[in-house]
Parts: sequence; C-alpha cells; structure tokens
Amino acid sequence: MRRRLLAIVMPIMFATLIALCGGGAAFASPAASPATAHPDGAAAFGQSSSHLVADGSSDAAAPSSSSGAQGETISGTLMAPIGEGGTREPIEGVTITVSQDGKEIGSATSGKDGKWQIPVPHAGTYQVTLDVKTLPNTVQLQTAGKETLKGLVVQPGFSKVALFPLVKQGQGTGATGGGGGSGQLEYLISIFITGLRFGLIIAMTAVGLSLIFGTTRLINFAHGELVTLGAVVAFAFGTSPLQWPFVIAIVLAVIAVAALSGLLEFALWRPLRKRGSGLIQMFIISIGLSLLLRNGIQFFFGPDRQQFQQATAQTQLTWGPFSATPMDLITIVVSIAILVGVAVMLQRTRMGKAMRALADNRDLAEASGINVDRVILQVWVIGGALAAVGGILFGLTSAVSFDMGFRLLLLMFAGIILGGLGSAYGAMLGSIVVGLVAQYSTVWFPPELQNAWAMLVLVVVLLVRPQGILGRLQRAG
Amino acid sequence: MKSDDDETGDAPAGFASMTAEGAHAAAAEGADAVASAMDEGEAIDPSLAAGREKVLHAQQETAHELSPAARALAGVTAEPGVHKPDPILVADQVSRRFGGLTAVDVHRLEVQRGTITALIGPNGAGKSTFFNLVSGFDKPTSGTWSFNGRDITGMSAYRIARLGMVRTFQLTKALTRMTALENMMLGATAQRGERFLPSLLRPSWKGQEKTIEARADELLRRFNLAHMRDDFAGTMSGGQRKLLEMARAMMVDPALIMLDEPMAGVNPALTQSLLGHIQALRDEGTTIILVEHDMDVIMSISDWIICFAEGAVIAEGRPDDIRSNHAVIDAYLGARRALATDGPDGESDGGAGR
Amino acid sequence: MDWGGIFSSALSDMLGPSAAIYALAAVGLNLHFGYTGLLNFGQVAFMLVGSYGVGVSVAKYGLPLSVSVLVAILVSVVLALLLGVPTLRLRGDYLAIATIAVGEILRLFVNSSYFEPLTGGSLGLTDPALAGSGPQRLPNQGFTELSPFVGGKTYDFGPLHFLGSDLWVMVVTWALVILACVLMFLLMRSPWGRVLRSVREDELAARSLGKNVFSFKMQSLVLGGVIGGLAGVMYTMNIPGQVPTNFMPEITFYLWVIVILGGAGRIVGPVIGALIFWFVFSFLGSFLTDLFPGANANVGAVRIAVVGVILMLLMVFRPAGILGNKEEMRLEVR
Ligand SMILES: Nc1ncnc2c1ncn2[C@@H]1O[C@H](COP(=O)(O)OP(=O)(O)OP(=O)(O)O)[C@@H](O)[C@H]1O
Ligand SMILES: [Mg+2]
Repeated sequence: MRRRLLAIVMPIMFATLIALCGGGAAFASPAASPATAHPDGAAAFGQSSSHLVADGSSDAAAPSSSSGAQGETISGTLMAPIGEGGTREPIEGVTITVSQDGKEIGSATSGKDGKWQIPVPHAGTYQVTLDVKTLPNTVQLQTAGKETLKGLVVQPGFSKVALFPLVKQGQGTGATGGGGGSGQLEYLISIFITGLRFGLIIAMTAVGLSLIFGTTRLINFAHGELVTLGAVVAFAFGTSPLQWPFVIAIVLAVIAVAALSGLLEFALWRPLRKRGSGLIQMFIISIGLSLLLRNGIQFFFGPDRQQFQQATAQTQLTWGPFSATPMDLITIVVSIAILVGVAVMLQRTRMGKAMRALADNRDLAEASGINVDRVILQVWVIGGALAAVGGILFGLTSAVSFDMGFRLLLLMFAGIILGGLGSAYGAMLGSIVVGLVAQYSTVWFPPELQNAWAMLVLVVVLLVRPQGILGRLQRAG
Repeated sequence: MKSDDDETGDAPAGFASMTAEGAHAAAAEGADAVASAMDEGEAIDPSLAAGREKVLHAQQETAHELSPAARALAGVTAEPGVHKPDPILVADQVSRRFGGLTAVDVHRLEVQRGTITALIGPNGAGKSTFFNLVSGFDKPTSGTWSFNGRDITGMSAYRIARLGMVRTFQLTKALTRMTALENMMLGATAQRGERFLPSLLRPSWKGQEKTIEARADELLRRFNLAHMRDDFAGTMSGGQRKLLEMARAMMVDPALIMLDEPMAGVNPALTQSLLGHIQALRDEGTTIILVEHDMDVIMSISDWIICFAEGAVIAEGRPDDIRSNHAVIDAYLGARRALATDGPDGESDGGAGR
Repeated sequence: MDWGGIFSSALSDMLGPSAAIYALAAVGLNLHFGYTGLLNFGQVAFMLVGSYGVGVSVAKYGLPLSVSVLVAILVSVVLALLLGVPTLRLRGDYLAIATIAVGEILRLFVNSSYFEPLTGGSLGLTDPALAGSGPQRLPNQGFTELSPFVGGKTYDFGPLHFLGSDLWVMVVTWALVILACVLMFLLMRSPWGRVLRSVREDELAARSLGKNVFSFKMQSLVLGGVIGGLAGVMYTMNIPGQVPTNFMPEITFYLWVIVILGGAGRIVGPVIGALIFWFVFSFLGSFLTDLFPGANANVGAVRIAVVGVILMLLMVFRPAGILGNKEEMRLEVR
C-alpha cells in the first residue's frame, strides 16, 4: 500500500519540480528579484520573505519599478457637459495635481481625448486638485469648491478614477449645496460596487473550497494556488509572446486548473483517504502542497505583479450616482451568473444533490448507493474550475502575482466561517460580506489594512456566532 | 500477563458459578467475589444462553426481594414523571431541539439515589442527547435540572463531573496514546500536580501520585485490565476500552455514574462480568444510570426503568411494570419494524456522534 | 562545485542563530501541537509580538533591555489570551484558521502607515523616523553591550566559522532552548502534562473526568506563546532591523516542518528538527546557487518549494517524525 502511494506521489512531485526548473527561464521576469542567498544563516532568516512580497504596493522593500503601467495610478477623463449636438466634448489642457500629506506627487494635463493619468508610488490616500484656472471659461465645476477631491483611496494594484463633474458656466451650485452630499453618496456607491465585485470573486473561489471541505472534511490550504494558477495560465496564453485570443486563454486556463485539481484528488488525496490518513495530517500535507505550488509558480512567473493587457485602458461608465468600469460590470455579472449556476447545480442536478447528501452525512450517502469517490472527484474538478475563473477575474481587476491566491485564501476562510463552515451558500454569502467589509474599511482606515479588517471579521464571528450565519453546531457525545 | 483468551474463557465459568452459588453474594461483594466464586464453580453449563436465563432469574429475585434500592422504590407508582423518595437527579421540562427535530422533551424525570436506573427506548429516542444535556456536554433549548439537590442547569461539564456526576460515552473515548494506567490516573480529581506551578515541584505531588496509582491499579485489577496496565489504550480491544472507560470514570469517585451503552460491542461473556461490576457499584452506594438496548440485560439488572420515545418519557417503572406496558411494547415493536426495513441499527447512527 | 564550502556553511547554519531561534519557537509550537493538540498555525504571530515588543520598547521608548523583554513576554501573553478566548472552545480547525489570520492581521498592522510612528512601518525597527523625539537606540543595543565576544571578529571552530555577534546570539538562544526543554521535561512528567496529553487525545473525555479543558488549553497556548515570543526577542537581537516581511506565514510552516521532522510530542524533537531543517535549508540554498548562478530569485523559490515537498513526504510517510515511535504512529487516529 505504502509503496503504491510512493509510486504515485513521487513522480508527480518531481515532475512538477523538474518542470519548474526547466521552464523557469522562459518566464523569468526582467525585473531582478531582490532575493539573494546569503552565506550566513542569519541573513537567510529574512530571505524567505524578501521575495515573498505580499503587498508589493505598500511595501517599501518591493521593487519600485512597479509604478506606471502595472502599478497604481489615478486617472480620469474630463468631458464638457452635453452640448447642442447631444455629444460630449473632451476638454484638453486642464492641469491636475496629485498630492499626499501636502507633498506633491505628480501632475498631468488632460490630453486631446480629455484623459489624464498620474502614477502614484503606492496604494494609499491621496488628494487630487483640478486647477480651475486652466478650465476653459465655457464650463465650471458642478460644485464650487470641489476642485479638490480629498481622501481618494487607491487600492493596491488598482487604478483609481477621479471624477470632476463639469457643467455649463453659470449652472453650478455652491459648496454647501446638495452637491456635497451626492459626492459622498457617489463615493459610498462606488465603494459598494468594488466591494461587491471583490466579494463575488472571493465567493467564487470560496464555494469550491467549501464544497471540498463539506465532502471530504479537508481544509485545503492549497486552494489559493489553484486561484493563482488560473490567472497565471490565462496570463501566459493571453499576453505576449503567445497572445492567443483571450477567450481561448481563459478556457484553457480553466480546463488546466480543473484538470490539475482533479488530478490532485485522484493521485494524492484519494490514496491518502483510502489509507485512513487523519484530517490534520492531510491539512498539513495541503500546506506543503501550497508551498510547493506557490513557489513553483513564482519560479515560472517571477516575483512581480503583472497586469493583463486586456484590463488596461478602461473608461468609466456613469449613470447618476453609479459609476463603474466595464470590467467591474463584467466581473459582477459573470460571477453572479456562475454562482447562480452553482446553486442551481447543487439544488437541481443529480450530481449536486449527491454532493449535498455527501456533505450532510457521508455514511448515509454511501449506504444509499452514491459513488462517493466519483462525487468527490467532481467536487474537486468543479472547485478547481471555479478557483480558476475567480483567479482570472481577480487578475483582471487587480494584477496577477504568484501569491495572489494565497492572499485571497484567508479571505475565503473568513467568508466560509462567517457563512458557516460546510455550507456552500453560507460561503457565498459570507464572502460577499467579507468583500464589502474590506472595501468599506477604506472609508475610515488606510487601504493597506483592508484585508486585515476583513480577517478581523473572522475573529469577531468566532467570538459571537462560531457556527456562522447559516451553519449548524456539532454534536458532542 | 494474561492473554485475552484466558479472560473470555474465565467469564462463562464465572457466571455459571454465580448461578450455582447464588448471584446474591456476588452482587454484594463485587467482582472480587465473582473471581473467588469462580474457583469453586462446579456446575458449568456450556450453553451461554441457558446460563444467562438462569442468571437473569436469580438476579430478578435479588432485585425484588433484597435490594435496598428496590425496597425504597416499592411504593412508587409506575407512571412517567413520578416523584421518588430520595432523588439524586431531577430534570424538569428539559428539551432540546435540532432545527425542526425535537430530540428531547422531558417533562419530569427523577432518578432514585442508590439504584440502577435504566434508560431504554428505540434508536434516536433521545437517550444520548439527554445524557449530553444533563452532563453539561450540550446546551438545552429549555429546562432545569439538579443533582444532589443542587441546581446545575447550564453548568460546564467539568464542574458537573467534579460534583460527582460522571458519564461515559456511547462511542468509547479511550485516550489512545496514553497507557491504561495513565488513563486511569487522569480520572482522579483534586490532584495537586495538575496546577501549573506545583507541577514543577515533584515532591509536592509525588505522595498523592503514589496513592492515586495504587487506587488505579486496584481498579484495573477489578476490571480485569491489570495485564494491560502499561499498554497504550489504543492497542486495546473495543470491549476492553469500554471497561477502561468505566474504570476510569470510577476514578473520579462519582456519586452518580451515567453509562451510555456500556455493553455495546462487548462480548457476552464480558457482559456478564460488566454486569457484576455495575451491581457491585450499586451495592457500594453509587447511583447508576444506564442506557442499554439488550432487554434481557435491562430486565435483569435494573431497579427502575425509564422508557424514552421520540424525546419524551413514555413509561417508567420496575422491570415487571415495563414488561407489560403497552406504550413500551408499541414504541419498541414500532421501532423494530421500522428498523427491520432500514437495515442495521445502532452504530451507523453513532457515526454522527463525533 | 565547492562541496567543502557548502558543507561547512550548512554546518554553521545548523548551529547558527537562526536555527537556535527556530528551535526555541518550535519548542513552543511543540507544546501547542505535540502535547496539547492545538493547531496553532500562527506561531509567527508570537514571534512578531515578541520581536516588536522588545524592539519598540528599546528603540522607541529607550527602556532597558530587561524591562523590554518583560514587555515582550507580556504582549505574548496578551496575544495568547486574545487568540484563545474566541477559539479554544471551538473545534481545532477553527483555531488553525484563526491563528494564521491573526498572524497576518498583526503583520499588516505593524506594516501599515497607521502604526508607522511605533513600528517604523514597512521600513521596520531601525527606521530613524521611529525614534521621533525619543532616544535613538538600536533594538539590540543593550544585548550587544553584554556580549563577551568581539562583534566583528570571526571565531573558528574547526570547519565552523561564526561572527562574534552571531556567536553571542547563538549562545544565549541555545541556552534558552535548553532551559525551555528542561521546563518541558518537568511539566510533561507531571500530572499537569498528563492532562495536557489527554486533551490532545480526546477533549471530551478529559472534560468528562472533571478537567477544565479550556483552562489547560489556555495555559498551554500562553506558555508556548511566551516561548515563541522569546524566540521573537532573540530574532530582534539577531536582526535588529526587523521589517514586517520577516514575519510571513511561511515561518510558521517551517516551524511545523521542524516539529514534525523531530517528532511531535517529544522533548528534544524540535531541537533535532531545527538542526536538520537548517542543515538542509542552508545546503539547498548554497547548492542551488552554485547550480544556477545568477538565478537568485528562483533559487529562493525552489528552496521553499523543496521545503513544501519535504513537509508533504514527511506527513505521508513519517507523520510521527524521525524520532517517532512506531507503536504510537500506528495509533495516530486523527
Ligand atoms: N447534533 C445533532 N444535530 C442534529 N440532530 C441530532 C444531533 N444530536 C442528536 N440528534 C438527533 O436527535 C435524536 C436523538 O438522538 P440520540 O443520539 O439522543 O438518540 P439515542 O436515543 O441515544 O439513540 P441510540 O439508541 O441509537 O443511541 C436523533 O434523531 C438524532 O438524529
Ligand atoms: Mg445513544
């Protein structure tokens, strides 16, 4: 038995490693990593972390080359109000300045298309000022005194849009008018949209994790790496040098990750289960797998964050107080559709019912003729596919990096526990709450802490209602 | 060191002799008496079932004619929720719901001090859940209960155990990677060496440890486990684990011990010696609440029987009252019929009990 | 390939300050997991609070070393209590997720601009802005002043070479490791240790025998946490310029590898585990650097990937560690 297991596990591990060693060069990022091997153990202590930059943006030790195209920016488009012809004309030559704590960070002038963009060094809170003197005298700001937007929060890896609503000369309101309130409202709504988007991405990845936990009781610590792999594979096919059509890249990525996920179940977890391995044992094995995969991905992909070409050059769409980029909308629509699809699958299909039955009572499910192994394999494949989609959407809305999934993992756990460990719907609900908490925290706190607040939700839930929103308590004896 | 074979070989002889010499003596003097009576045994009946019948008969007579516990219950009417002269455990309006399912809904339940009280009822009747509730391992939806006249509603499980109300589990909880002796010694309460700072100073607890060890060895001997003393509990058989768990519970020195199916999975021969232990305990003054499915065992050993069905107490009384009680027969036969179509009972349901 | 050099540096690292610090933190983790069965996946959080506890006290407030170490111990205790209260009543996996989350929360907090005046933010404990108006001292100043060795001098012991500053950290940390092991020995042969092990085996059984399981788990969490905090203190003595990225969750995973390698629930397990781990880790580093010169980032990644593989193989084939007792291993029921 043991020998058979060895025969299965070893080739996989070593094949992975060899693949890593062989293919590494092809992908090596031009930005050199800061990590170096130190001869003495002392320096090596810190070494493990120097190439494991968690928050590239907020981390001073991170390579500063990440500003510009792939880093955080503040941008916008200046348009005149709707004119006689029913069209809006861009306004050129307006100066905009970004500053932080009274220090000027950079400035830009709007181009022919009315667009302007100012890179900022890292995520944080900024102040953006429009130089009113450079506005053409046919237009004015909708609200006087709103030439300075304070407290603009730039998320790690995101481009922040600053809006300066313009009206025809003489139609503006005073600073104390209703306009101020609507600005605040717009801000809160825009946060809701980003929060929802983030929450839905977490939900999509968390559902798989939750289903896996429900059916096998395994806390799969390597789930974040499936998320990362989805984004990385799509990135590999969809951007230069390959530059395959993005849809094909996405499909390939989802298939690849789903296949890997199924393969792991087939070749690793199933034999371990058959052998009667304990849950703690398997949990720790998944941590080892996570280390292996994450660093394997880093080996290919390099330590830096990279942006999907497909995600850049977004224009902000605005309806009244709502504004969102097309990518936001696509993300939200796609993820809601997929989550509803998962719910229908769980509720209506034979496969889904079997999954729920298995999660509910394994012995009973087995006794009633459900092929447990097959259902678990299906759960892994579906979980992997969902993780890949979530990873691609996460990569599109922020950036692709080797540890993006790992950073998401704790938020998934927070969502799952908040919703109720073992409940797939709970995981969806909890994750959305976690995403919203993360984003709304930035109203009051620095954005680099948003994940910290989201994780604090987890601790609070454990204190107040450990079984989560939809969960059940366990029986004792 | 004795092997398992010795043990299983001994036991039928033991109880056969009990029939011959009189179970009364054995019950009164405990397992040691069983062991000595064994040597004198002459009429060894090779048929286990037949032997058992005789034992049951003898024991029933014991219960009816001799036991002080039975005498104390003599005037009590056999109806659910009836008051007892000297109750050690009183439960009042205790209920527990799991979602839509009402697992326990007991209006009143009293357990007479110094008796063996059996809880019976079909699978899923709520017996284990009731145990969990009163022993502090689960929180009730509503209700109060008291032990020795003291309200212990909502008290944490370890405090209830320290008060002298100890329970065992339906699924045995042996401490696998600890030796039998360590399992036993853990049971002793008020150990000085269990406090953090004194634990560092060996002299402060060494003396107490010696006494505890002696007591543990004594109990291990009584429960026929002395030969396993230094073996990991994980290497023991299922029946041995049941014995160990019972012996370990005895180390707490309880006034009330609650046994959840102590005989399940134990070989019939061992069952007899377990029954001997239980009766001996009762005769030493310990109150015993017992959950058991084997009606022969129940009828032979209990002073009082409480029958659960669908969470509620549907009948109470002496074995003879229960035997002729229609509610009980209905509950059981109904359940039996359902079970017959459902397949195997008992342990598959226990899977949820982790 | 310079085998001699690789081996001598691997041997030096095996005994070096980092190995000692890891061993100390692993002793704490072994108390948690090996003896109590607590799934603590946030041992690095204790190291973090210990490290920042002493570092901030010295560098920001100019407190004497002894007081600062007490502060570090105190914050470790507080962290253990904060962690334990919500999670110790719940099933083990909740503790696992909560501990790793709290480790990350703390790291994000000390890294944030919010706490920059206190912790130096992402620039860490030697950031000049940290001291503000207060006295500017290195976090390990008081410690190096006590050193009997010459900081910059290299001391040779056969094939092993250590800097005087490293040697001082090593001596003190290994001494602490020995002390901690003696403490573990005394505790584990006592009835206190017996209750702890019973909690590891089956919490409900322990409770049914009148043991206050929550209290014992808490005591274990606090004591192991303080030991982890002390490891954090020595970490700062070793690298005074602590930055938040030195407290990534990976550290905890390494500690798990160490505990399992040496054998969970054995007194000297963590020590043996740390020695082996650091030998292999250092060896791999030098070996891979020699093999792929100029590919430093990838060497780091491959090295950690190999640690992952080791963790998996250990858990699959030798979950009781290399010291593990066959019989106990067979009984590994969970
Ligand atoms: N934690 C729980 N969650 C949901 N339902 C539960 C839980 N614990 C018990 N139940 C339900 O409560 C009912 C009573 O269960 P309990 O274990 O008390 O029965 P029992 O009388 O001990 O049965 P048996 O003789 O088979 O041991 C059962 O229907 C069971 O499914
Ligand atoms: Mg039961």
